[in-house]
Amino acid sequence: MEPTRVLSLILFSPTLVALIMAFLPREEKTLLRWTALLGSLVPFGLTVAVWFGFDQGRAGFQYVENYVWYPTLNATYHLGLDGLSLSMVLLTTLLTPIAILASFNVEDVSKAYSVKAYMILFLMLETGMLGVFLSLDLLLFFVFWEIGLVPMFFLINQWGSEKGEREVFGKMIPARQYASYKFMIYTMAGSLGLLLAIQLIGVAANTYDLTKLYQIWPSMADLKVPFGLGVGTIKTMAFWAFAVAFALKVPLWPFHTWLPDAHTEAPTAGSMILAGVLLKLGAYGFLRLVLPLFPIESQTYAPVLAFLAMMAIVFGAWAAYGQTDFKRLVAYSSVNHMGFVVLGIAAAAAALGKGDDAVIALNGAVMQMFNHGLSAAGMFFLVGVIYERTHTRNLEEFGGLFPLVPVYGGILIFTSMASLGLPGLNGFISEFLVVRGSWPILPLYTALSMIGLFFTGAYILKGIKKVLHGPTNEKWIGHLTEINPREILVMAPLMVLILWIGVWPGWLLNTINSAMLMLFK
Amino acid sequence: MQFPVLTIIVMTPMVAAMLILLFPAERKTEIRATALAASVVALGLSLWVYFSYDITGPQYQFIEKYAWLPFLGIDFHVAVDGISAPLVLLTGVVMFTGVLISWGEFNPEQHLSAGIQDRPREFFAFLFLLAGGVFGVFVAQDLFMLFFFYEIAVFPMYLLIAIWGWIKTREYAAMKLTMYLFIGSVISLIGALAIYFSVGLNSFDMIKLTEAIQSGALNGVSVNLFGSQIPFQVFWFPFVFMGFAILGGIFPFHNWSPDGHVAAPTAVSMFHAGVLMKLGAFASLKVGIMLLPEGATYWAPWIMGMALVNVVYGAFIASIQQDFKYVIGFSSVSHMGLVMLGFSTLTSQGLLGAGMQMFSHGVMTALFFAVVGMIYDRTHTRQIPELGGISKVMPFVTVAFIVGGLVSLGMPGLSGFAAEFPIFMGVWRVSPWAAILASISIVITASYIVRIMSSVFFGKLPHYEHHFGDVTILDKVALATLSLVMITIGVYPAVMDRLISSGVEHILRLFGGA
Amino acid sequence: MEITTLILLLPLPPLLAFFLIVLFTNRSRLLSSIIGVGAAFLSWLGAMIVFINALGVEEFGKHPFELSIPWLATGSTTLSIGVMIDPLSAVVLFFVGWTVLMIFLYSVGYHNFGQPKGDHDKKGLPPHGATVTDEHGHSHTVLSVEPMYSRFFAFIGLFAFGMYTLVVSNNLLTMFVGWEVMGLCSYLLIGFWFQKPSARAAAIKAFLTTRVGDVFMLIGVVWLYSLTGTLNFREIFSHLDKVTEVTSLFGWSAAAWIGILLFIGTIGKSAQFPLHVWLPDAMEGPTPVSAMIHAATMVSAGVYAMIRMFPLFESATSDGFNPPMVMLMVVGTFTALFAATIAVAQNDIKRVLAYSTISQLGFMLAALGTGAYVAATFHLVTHAFFKALLFLGSGSVIHGMEHGVLHTGNHHVDPQDMYNMGGLRKKMPITFWTFLIGGFALAGFPLVTAGFWSKDEILTEALHGGYIWVFGILALAALMTAFYTMRQITLTFFGEPRTPEAEHAHETPWTMTVPLMVLSFFAITFGWVGIPEHFPVLGGIPKALGFASNWFHEFVISSLPAGGGGHEGLLRLASEEAAAAFDPIPLITSLVVALGGLALGWWYYSKVTKVEQDFFQIKILKNKYYIDEIYNGSFVRLAGWLSETFAVFIDRQIIDGILHAVASTVPVIGSFLRRTIDAFINWIGDKIGSGTNSVGQEAKILQPGKVQQYLVATMALVLVALLFFITRN
Repeated sequence: MEPTRVLSLILFSPTLVALIMAFLPREEKTLLRWTALLGSLVPFGLTVAVWFGFDQGRAGFQYVENYVWYPTLNATYHLGLDGLSLSMVLLTTLLTPIAILASFNVEDVSKAYSVKAYMILFLMLETGMLGVFLSLDLLLFFVFWEIGLVPMFFLINQWGSEKGEREVFGKMIPARQYASYKFMIYTMAGSLGLLLAIQLIGVAANTYDLTKLYQIWPSMADLKVPFGLGVGTIKTMAFWAFAVAFALKVPLWPFHTWLPDAHTEAPTAGSMILAGVLLKLGAYGFLRLVLPLFPIESQTYAPVLAFLAMMAIVFGAWAAYGQTDFKRLVAYSSVNHMGFVVLGIAAAAAALGKGDDAVIALNGAVMQMFNHGLSAAGMFFLVGVIYERTHTRNLEEFGGLFPLVPVYGGILIFTSMASLGLPGLNGFISEFLVVRGSWPILPLYTALSMIGLFFTGAYILKGIKKVLHGPTNEKWIGHLTEINPREILVMAPLMVLILWIGVWPGWLLNTINSAMLMLFK
Repeated sequence: MQFPVLTIIVMTPMVAAMLILLFPAERKTEIRATALAASVVALGLSLWVYFSYDITGPQYQFIEKYAWLPFLGIDFHVAVDGISAPLVLLTGVVMFTGVLISWGEFNPEQHLSAGIQDRPREFFAFLFLLAGGVFGVFVAQDLFMLFFFYEIAVFPMYLLIAIWGWIKTREYAAMKLTMYLFIGSVISLIGALAIYFSVGLNSFDMIKLTEAIQSGALNGVSVNLFGSQIPFQVFWFPFVFMGFAILGGIFPFHNWSPDGHVAAPTAVSMFHAGVLMKLGAFASLKVGIMLLPEGATYWAPWIMGMALVNVVYGAFIASIQQDFKYVIGFSSVSHMGLVMLGFSTLTSQGLLGAGMQMFSHGVMTALFFAVVGMIYDRTHTRQIPELGGISKVMPFVTVAFIVGGLVSLGMPGLSGFAAEFPIFMGVWRVSPWAAILASISIVITASYIVRIMSSVFFGKLPHYEHHFGDVTILDKVALATLSLVMITIGVYPAVMDRLISSGVEHILRLFGGA
Repeated sequence: MEITTLILLLPLPPLLAFFLIVLFTNRSRLLSSIIGVGAAFLSWLGAMIVFINALGVEEFGKHPFELSIPWLATGSTTLSIGVMIDPLSAVVLFFVGWTVLMIFLYSVGYHNFGQPKGDHDKKGLPPHGATVTDEHGHSHTVLSVEPMYSRFFAFIGLFAFGMYTLVVSNNLLTMFVGWEVMGLCSYLLIGFWFQKPSARAAAIKAFLTTRVGDVFMLIGVVWLYSLTGTLNFREIFSHLDKVTEVTSLFGWSAAAWIGILLFIGTIGKSAQFPLHVWLPDAMEGPTPVSAMIHAATMVSAGVYAMIRMFPLFESATSDGFNPPMVMLMVVGTFTALFAATIAVAQNDIKRVLAYSTISQLGFMLAALGTGAYVAATFHLVTHAFFKALLFLGSGSVIHGMEHGVLHTGNHHVDPQDMYNMGGLRKKMPITFWTFLIGGFALAGFPLVTAGFWSKDEILTEALHGGYIWVFGILALAALMTAFYTMRQITLTFFGEPRTPEAEHAHETPWTMTVPLMVLSFFAITFGWVGIPEHFPVLGGIPKALGFASNWFHEFVISSLPAGGGGHEGLLRLASEEAAAAFDPIPLITSLVVALGGLALGWWYYSKVTKVEQDFFQIKILKNKYYIDEIYNGSFVRLAGWLSETFAVFIDRQIIDGILHAVASTVPVIGSFLRRTIDAFINWIGDKIGSGTNSVGQEAKILQPGKVQQYLVATMALVLVALLFFITRN
């Protein structure tokens, strides 16, 4: 048996580091930064160890931990890993150090909003996200699901971009404030249904343990709830409660409008994590909860999901193409890319347990989650790099920067191509698998999604065109400095992985594939 | 004869109050020291009670009983069960932090007059009298004693508000509060007497009464109202329950409470929202629901209806308040509504949640009012639009408030969630639609809490920046204590839920198990 | 070394070169060119070894070199990728190896290696020349070296990698990878001088136009994959029965639809109508790039893919009708003529070639459409050679003209406009002769040039396939081809120099001329390997010399799986007969069109000296039938409108509008409740506590009176209650 408690260690080591940092002096910025970085490398190291200790062949969850937590509600502190959560945990623990390294240049905003607070929030955030991926208890899942919002709220609200205003109810408020409210309130409102549905399940099944719920809930006939509605109806409502909560996080059209604002206003590292990991929580929710708990409902409503996914892909691409703000463009690209994840999930839902197509679609979806994590994080970081130097994100103000910053240009083109889905880089593999899986099941929506695929090319090239190509904008000559070693160091691991997965996806895909086979075959 | 811990807990504040009055008024330091000592003792003992209560043991523990007015069957009879033990602890905590907050070190270079400068001797005396009364109510097992302590607890409120309160509204608020509470207590007293006489044991001992009623002492007894025979419990339950529920701030009798909060000085608001409202809820549970279970079952839907209004209505109104204290005042209305909601389900989860919520909300509002007080002491305004950028000067306070705020919007991992979640589960088992309706309040709460957070604590600092500084170490201790309590319960609910549910099981036995 | 391993390694040197140059040697021109050309040389060497080995194998088509390795886990199965060389890919590999190597070498000279740095050259703009002072103290302007010299070699390296990958792939997936990598490179290379807005626009146009095709192709690939469960060519062809079941769409078979989808990909890549628009604009790139894109690699890739999937197309026949083949035929034939007509009216030396490329590719696809598998392949190869030759030749001409431009210093003269040239045959003899050879090959000059043999075979088979109209149109197109080729040669090389720049044009360095000579060798000789067996006199020669007669046909045809995967390859049989029997009609036709076209061109343009005199400057032709304008007016504008709408209107106005509306209800409801219900309750409360209001105003510290009243009242009530109960009991 593998050593237990390692998951708890992964989960809470960031918090521990955060606690330690709480007692460090605010002035010691360098010390704080390095503590945070090294601290965030601990969970990464552990995850890598777990990755190699993980037994693909074995069904069910591994490294399981189960302790009493809220006894009278039969809610337990139950952690465990399978291929799906493992890959997501890897992504999270990988991106957090990178994001922290990326934010080494963050300075004190105020006494309360110091580098110290920033780093502490980041580490808390990591715990929150990891918790979602690791918990095998519905209530625990929800706890971490919501906790993640808080640090992100403050990161956007305090360290977000100073410029910009947004008009709401006739009065102007700072854009970052607007974005942070929207993010927080909208997401909480979205998870309200989730909360209620979880309560319903808890009341009906009298347990929150997922491993048990997988068995009893889908076939449960008497919900012991005086609703005055048929079981089918109630379950459908519960299904939609789940679906909406997760769709909001993914985000799925038309629940996506919080995203461009949040991404655009968040600090660079914030956007990296937001796009890199937070969006994945939604998709993960679909895979971990919706499909297993509501197989029939998912099957019934798969076309609706597919439709929305298609809308996200196409409209996301169009919207991205229409942006003049570089960061907004990248933000919308997330909508477009995450659409493919949901498309894959919808396809799998439509043909659950029917042969390989479903599994391939899911492989694609999970791969896409991972790949988008890498490329989106990279893109946001690169936007941040240029923003720091020029203090503008307006595409019209750039132009012809390639000769000034050749290295940056090369990196930008590389990352853009990954996000464009160029064969040979990671994005292509996952999109190919998603399309391959969905085509036999949902041909129409898959075909329509191709429009999005085309416009992906359009907006990516627009970005490169406006920033790097064209006549050099005179005003930057001499003012624009080349990307520095730290920033290259941030990009390096991302680029290596992008290429590696693109050329040899096996190492990652095998883990995912085995998990998908066990879960959904 | 074991160690009479409960008696001591009840007596400590009262004795302290006497002692304090003996000091000459100008010996402020000694007065404060005494107060602190007393509160520490009370806190320590209540902690001891809380942790040494045996969950597997009988319902009532630490029982003490001395005859008092034998010919009326009135005894001095105290004990705690799973529900009241946490509340005793809560009172201890609030009392301790309340003293720290009102310490009132005068700080000239900050032009700051935090806490109580004016006649601290009388203030602490009255405050402790109140505290004693509260302890008394929570532990009393004798109906008459309960009322006795109840009045003791309510009466000083008037003076505390009227003398030390906010000059603008203290008269009005004090009067309004006293009026509501006295009327309430009278109503329930009448009901209580009705029970006393109809059972006819010639005893106010609630344990005895309960047993008697369980064994059918009131069966067949009915009240003739305009010719129609109404079962005794059904007729009298509203009196007993509502009388106390008024103090619990139930709709439509909630209005005294926000006004009272606004007028009261910081420490008093803490007591008021933190403990006094629990007093009402607790008593209505103890006397109403536990003595008249059939009545409770009959009226439960109505209570749920009113509680539901509390929850949503309170949240809505809180969301538009401009006065910081009013916001919190109405949020208390909303949160106390959840407690009542929990009661009204008469299910194990519902009652468990109500118990948790009473504790959690007590701590939370105590913290809120403490923070408001600190800010008011420095900026001399409570108007949210006039405030801003507090975090720059008082980071510690900010963090504390954020914790409190998250608790009140039911953020998972904090006590608020651990309390609300079971309540909702309880409601699901009775009426799902109510649960869905009530859940709206969560979002609304979130919206106004977030609004306050960013407009009061962040943003830019208005002109008054230069003349105020950070809070004292005592304040920090107080805030830290409160925050830690909430976090602990949220992160590991097991420290409280077993205890409360043991109490709940006993209550539900009155309803034939369940 | 195992031959398959060698094949596996073929694409790697250029890729390595790319990384080496980008990461390390981008500062040093010398190293970069050594690495670049060296890599091309290694790949060429490997390619030749493989090719020769291939020749040595008996019945090579039956057992080609193949190597597969599992790559993707797909549920319970795995997807394998790998390499394969069969006769078809062998011949393609042959010409790719040669052309790529030549183009690499050529680039060294084209980008003025060894020339001084430009005075004010900028990265992202073509070099403007450098001023040097010779020993006599005269300062004059000479060509300056390309400022992004190293980067160029990195890019073409990646490009070569893409092409080799595509050729050696044994499956559609890696083929698609190579396909897209080339797409990226063409984007990078067309936009090589990225500071020129025109180049930037052309690059994006190229990428997006081809991507239109690619997304369709992707669907095709996916569909094929999900039906056959594999992407390996040979496995697909052995499972063709799985794709022939009839679908609900028009009752065509899945194979038909897949074929059409794949073909749309080719339409994009091989610049067939209506997606041809990107290719002429691609002339914005440096000339070696044009050669790369038009001859050696990318556009050929499209045709190659079609030839590769030919068995699939065949199997698409349902009740005598084969949609994809017909589509191939129609689009190909139309494009062949359509592009030829435009080419006639172009004055830019490179644009003429661009349109001729489009037209020639049309020939190949039309041939394939008629089932002329071998003829298409044959023309693909020969065309690759002579078109590469022509492009490099035109580059050489332009280079010479630039020399003249620098000499006169008049930068308003467009060195690419043929009406600025004339009489260059004396200035640049090597370029002239090689270009002449290329041109005649393109025109299909009888017997000696490769172009003749391949084109002749196409016409023959079109006729024998029974497609008279195809035959007719292609013949017409061939006529025009000959005509505009001669027009180009005449305007460029004959007559007298029309401008001082032409006067001072100058022959180019050996790095550029050597490739020209090598390519012109193949432009002639490669035709001879495919002389039909029964061709009068010549047909017998190979046998006489002890070679297989019509070796090319025999070699390539064997790539086709016997019986076309259980499907009776009707079309192919027709083509085989065609190759077998000899028929004078097509021969005569091709003789007539070739010689006639050349003669006409010479006759007319030897007289024309000014553009005004040129009868063929017809507006609609010059403006390429206004297709660009139509697209800009429709699709491009539509896209812009859609994106605007979704970015701004739908999201900001509608969706956010709804959210804000919902959010704004909260305070509204709140204040309503506060003002109505709460106010009412307060009022009642205050009334009950009579006088509390008035007390509110009075500012007395304490009124014990009131409180005592309350206490008294309470006590009284209690007593009353007591009495009531006591009396009742």
